[in-house]
Order: sequence, then structure tokens, then C-alpha cells
Amino acid sequence: MNWRLIKDKFAQQSFALLLASSVVVILLILLGLGIKSMPLLQAESLWRVLSESVWSPLKGNFGFLPFIMGTIWVTMISLIIAVPLCILASVYLVEYASEALRRMVLPLMNVLAAIPPVLYGVWGVLFIVPILSDYVAPLFGIDSTGYTVFAGGIVLSVMIFPIMISIMVEVLQTIPQELKAASLSLGATKWETITKVILVKAKPGILAAIVLGISRAFGETVAVLMVCGNIPQIPKSFFDAGYPLPALIANNFGEMMSIPLYDSALMFAALLLFVIIFGFNLISRIILNRLEEKAQ
Amino acid sequence: MTNVKKRLLKEKIAKIVMQLSGMAITASLFFIVGTILYKGLPYLSWEMISQTPQGGFYIGKDGGILNAILGSLYLASFSTALATLIGIPISIYLHMYVKSGSFLERACKLLFDVLFGIPSIVYGAIAFSIMVWVGIRASLLGGIITITLLTIPIVVRTIDELLKTIPTDLKHVTFSLGATRWETAKMFLRYIRPGIFTAILLAFGRAIGDVAGVLLTTGFSDNLPKYIDEPSATLPLAIFFQLSSPIPEVQGRAYASALVLTFIILIIVICTHLLASKQQKHKI
Repeated sequence: MNWRLIKDKFAQQSFALLLASSVVVILLILLGLGIKSMPLLQAESLWRVLSESVWSPLKGNFGFLPFIMGTIWVTMISLIIAVPLCILASVYLVEYASEALRRMVLPLMNVLAAIPPVLYGVWGVLFIVPILSDYVAPLFGIDSTGYTVFAGGIVLSVMIFPIMISIMVEVLQTIPQELKAASLSLGATKWETITKVILVKAKPGILAAIVLGISRAFGETVAVLMVCGNIPQIPKSFFDAGYPLPALIANNFGEMMSIPLYDSALMFAALLLFVIIFGFNLISRIILNRLEEKAQ
Repeated sequence: MTNVKKRLLKEKIAKIVMQLSGMAITASLFFIVGTILYKGLPYLSWEMISQTPQGGFYIGKDGGILNAILGSLYLASFSTALATLIGIPISIYLHMYVKSGSFLERACKLLFDVLFGIPSIVYGAIAFSIMVWVGIRASLLGGIITITLLTIPIVVRTIDELLKTIPTDLKHVTFSLGATRWETAKMFLRYIRPGIFTAILLAFGRAIGDVAGVLLTTGFSDNLPKYIDEPSATLPLAIFFQLSSPIPEVQGRAYASALVLTFIILIIVICTHLLASKQQKHKI
């Protein structure tokens, strides 16, 4: 037997073991979360847990509706801000901007992506919250501390800029040149070509980028936790405080041990997050992989 | 106004709107860095980065953030090293040993892509309940395990992107010369060496900045981290806990921590940028 072949076989087997164990860890995580959240689901039906709006662990009421609504509010606000801005900016970068400008802006997006969540939170507390309470809320005649779902949405929108822009730019760059040339030669202006040809063609990719943005926004914990007030109520307007699901886990984990079903409820929250985000990511990755294969 | 003029006017307006949105996005970056510089610079001093907090991190007025700086560096270095040691073999295996285009390869790559997006609070929650179950208390070790899990997908994904840039012909040529897959893999690793450092830096950046994962697993301590089974402070935790303190000096420590963390992140970004251009030059 050749020594080199033995080395090769050894590498193969040990690497396969590493891969297998990391896949197994994921499955164990899912299994563990499921087992841990069973007690809650046995005590109450899934539908009741999701639709009940009273959260008082001491009395055994675990209604997740305020947290789900808080998450949805914050995510929606961030999408309302981020989606149009990102589509417009990436179209500009791909279709109008010079190579030099592109090479300047895209690295800046990498910096934005590298900034840790807690620094976004600091920015939110020191910059966004005071602006909201001192200037924006009075405009609408509302008295607000600034710690609102609106603040959470703004901070989140900035956090999802980089991922949306980088994917949208990539998608837009895969649109074939001939398609644009055909449209322009028929007498369409560049803007008409963009809205009627390019964006239509890029729609699946842009949707995938938005879904990835949603999943990022859904799971973001600390930055949102720091700015959105953390009151377990169903928000009714932009200037209400909210309490998103990830913040619930972060805030209450230390004290969960002494109250029955509490840890099960928090694990259920983690399971909910895991499943939703895994699904979102899976769908958009499959779309993006397909587009990439088509482009090659 | 004629129809054509109207259409051209529309184009002009659209262009301005697009420019404005691009500017808004870029400006947000400068607002963030600007806010942190403005608040943090007055508090940054040698005492701040060379001392531990005196008299409790939440109420003690004196001292600095050395415990958090060291804790962060330990945590991020250990977990990045572990994640690299686990992640690089996985991507080599998927690239060299599994038949390309097979179900296994595609499924695994998709899995790591998807895991990349799982929020750290979920990893933290899981690690915390495992730690309770096994009987480990909140400690540097718990944080390292959590952050390693979090950073493995980043390493796998980045290295995979790099391996993709190597022409498949090169693989075939080395095989036809009689090299084993392991020998070819070693050659490929040399080829993407600058890129590997990029992957390590990316993982390090994510590891040092993460707070949701360490919030539940690492605990907090005013002392310098000495042993791996003791709770430890990290920079993000120092920011998170001290920002809400009513005492201005303690808040100042949070601002200074934010500034130090920003510096570290900016240095990492600049290094990755330089390495990326080096990898570009490496291209055949």
C-alpha cells in the first residue's frame, strides 16, 4: 500500500467525520429545541400559544401574540424603509454609476455589514431615539420617549442595507446586455428600460434579497432590544413600544429556571425563530442558486 | 410639453431620487461611526484601556475596560481558531472528495448557507440550556463553544467561494500528474492563502462583535479573565450592560468600549480589503 494513498484516505475520512458531526449538531439542536418546547405544547395547544395575548409566566399564561406582533411591526417598518432605498440605490450603482463610484461605495457596504449589532444599538440609543422623541413625535403631536418600534425599524433597516444591496447588485449584474440594448433601440428611455425590462427580469432575485433581509431583521436581537422599549403589548402605531421575540429570549433567560414551563416557553420562542428563519433562508438561497446557474 | 420631453423629465427625476437614496444609505454609515466617535473620544484615555473597573462594573466610577478588551480578544481568537480548524477541512472535503454536482455537495453547501443566517440568540439559547444540563456555569468556555458554532458557517462559506475561483482544469492537471486528492488540496490551500486569512478575519470580526450569543453563555466579570471556566467580560457585553447605568462615568466606559470595538472592526475591514486585492493579483 502506498503511503501517499493512506494519507489521502485518512484525510478523506477525518474530514468526512467533521462534516458529519457538524450536520449532526444541527439536527441535535433542532431535536433539542423540539423536546424542550414539548412541555408547553402539551399544556396548551399550539394555536392558543400563538394567538393568546396575555404574557404572565408567574400565572402560567404564555401568550406569544404580543411578541409576534412586535417582531412583525419592527420587521415591516424596516422593510418599508430599506426596500425602496436599496432597489433604487442598487439600480443606480449598476446602471448609471461609474466604475470608480461603484468601487468606492461597495466596500463601504462591507464596512456597514461588519459593524456589530451592539454598535447599531448604541447608535440607536444615542442618535435615533433622541431624534424621534425630540423632533419627530412632536410633529405628530405625540408624547414619546423615543423607545418605540419605529426606532427599532430604523436601526434594523440600516442593518439590512448591506445584505440587500450586495445581493441586488449581483442580481442586476446578471441581466444580459442584449436585453437592455433591445429595449433602448426601440426608443425607450433608460428609466423605462429599468422599470419595464430590467426590474421585471430581476424580480425573483430581488424578492430573494428581500426575504434574506426579512430573515436578518427577524432574528436581530440586541440592537432592537436596546431601542424598542420592551413592553409586552401589541403595538398599535409607530410610536408604541414593542417587544420582539429575540429580545424576549435574551431578557428572560437568566430567571427562567424557577418558574414552571418558563424555560419551555423560551425554548419554544427559539424554535419558532429557528424554523421561520431557516425556511426563509432556504427559499431565497434556492432561488439565488438557480439564478446563478442560469447566468453561467 | 411634448410626450418625449415628459418622458425625459421623468428619467431625470428618477435619477435624482436614486442618487438621494444611495446617499442616504452611505450617510448612515458615517452617522454611526460619527456618533460613536463623538461620544467615545472624550472618554478614551490610557487609564481607560489599561485598568479594570473599580468597585463594580455597574456602579463603580473608576477604572477602565481592560477586562472586556482581553476577554473579547481571548473569546474571538479561540473560537476563530476552532472554527477555522473545523471549517477548512469541511470545505476541502466538499470540494475535493465529494463528486461535484452531487446531491451531498449541493445539500451541504445549501445547509451552511442557510445556517449563516441563523441568529446568534438561537445558538446562545441552545448553548445555555446545554450548559445548564451538563452543569457548566456561564464562562469563557461556554462563550467559545457558542461563538465557534456561529462562525463555522462563515468559514465554510467563504472558503467555498474561494475554491470556486480556482479553474477546474488545474484540478484535472494535478490529478493526471498522479497527485492524490490530499496533495492537490494542499496545493489549492497555498493558492488561496490570502483568501483564507480573509475568511479568518471575517470570522474574527463576527466573533468579537457578537453579543446575543455571549449574553447568555459568558456571564460578566470585573476581573481579568484568568481561567477558561470563569465568567468573563467582552466588549459588546460591556457596552450593553454599562450603557444603561445611571452613572455618567460608567456610561463613559460604554462609549469608550464602543469606540475600541469600532477601531478593531475598522482595522479588520481594512485588512480584509487589502487581502482581497492580494488574492485578486494571485489569479491565473
